Amino acid sequence: MIWTVIAASLAVYSWKILGYLVPEKMITPGFRDFADRVTVALLAALVAIQGFSLSESITLDARAVALGVAALMLWLRAPYILVVAAGALVTAGLRFLGF
Amino acid sequence: MRRQVLSTSISVGIATGLYGISFGAIGVAAGLDVLPVMLLSLLMFSGASQFAFVGVVAAGGLPLTAITSAWLMGIRNSFYAMRLTSEFGPRGLIRLLYAQLTIDESNAVSAAQEGKQNQKLGFWATGAAVFVFWNLATLIGALAGNLMGSIEQWGLDGAAAAAFLGLLWPRLKNQFPLAIAGFAVALVSYPFLPAGVPILLAATVALVPWRAKK
Repeated sequence: MIWTVIAASLAVYSWKILGYLVPEKMITPGFRDFADRVTVALLAALVAIQGFSLSESITLDARAVALGVAALMLWLRAPYILVVAAGALVTAGLRFLGF
Repeated sequence: MRRQVLSTSISVGIATGLYGISFGAIGVAAGLDVLPVMLLSLLMFSGASQFAFVGVVAAGGLPLTAITSAWLMGIRNSFYAMRLTSEFGPRGLIRLLYAQLTIDESNAVSAAQEGKQNQKLGFWATGAAVFVFWNLATLIGALAGNLMGSIEQWGLDGAAAAAFLGLLWPRLKNQFPLAIAGFAVALVSYPFLPAGVPILLAATVALVPWRAKK
């Protein structure tokens, strides 16, 4: 796992150092937009998998409620750390109650 | 003025650092030891990429899938680096250090300052503050997570989902249809594909030129 972590870190670093080495005019606005879209698509996919996956199928459980609460808090502009904490609290609480 | 820049940098460092606690806890909950979790914060040092990496590991994905997800998530750092190059034009080996500290927060604080000197100070101070607090918090989270046992009992899987939603939130306003598409592709393909692959498949919806609302 250590080597996987190191390889992944180098891969992420490659984007950072690339930006300091490549002349700016080589990067088109179209590519910049694409990079923004990749970030959004990946994050949305991670919300889906982290919130609704169950071994080999998808499901609705305590995490879905936690995501609802998180969305409400984000809409109310709650600080990020509280949103994450609420995610844990709601999920754990519902499970404790047997949902 | 300098003092104001420093206080902004340190506040951002503490605020961002705090959620390093959740990264550390979620990292060990994903089945990683404390050392690799720490190496992610020290070497990769890019929150979204780190969360993506442990997300794939937690789902039982292959190492290459975890690496690719983290890599794709880091693409935007390239644009911060280009912006910073055009502002400060660093030369030589110092660029290696610039690159390591090039993240959402250091770029954002730097961009918000007036005058070259304050912008530079904002970049370095924020980068350093986030690095220190993020790594300290990761260590605390990883050690605490190790003591806590089952992730489901503590709702850490729900916390991770909320963490991703929080990262996505500021971008939802401009990119809502794209986000829904990524979400749907991942969810629908999940039962049929090996772990981690639905996340990469969802990234391909970015190839469609959705127009972002300005």
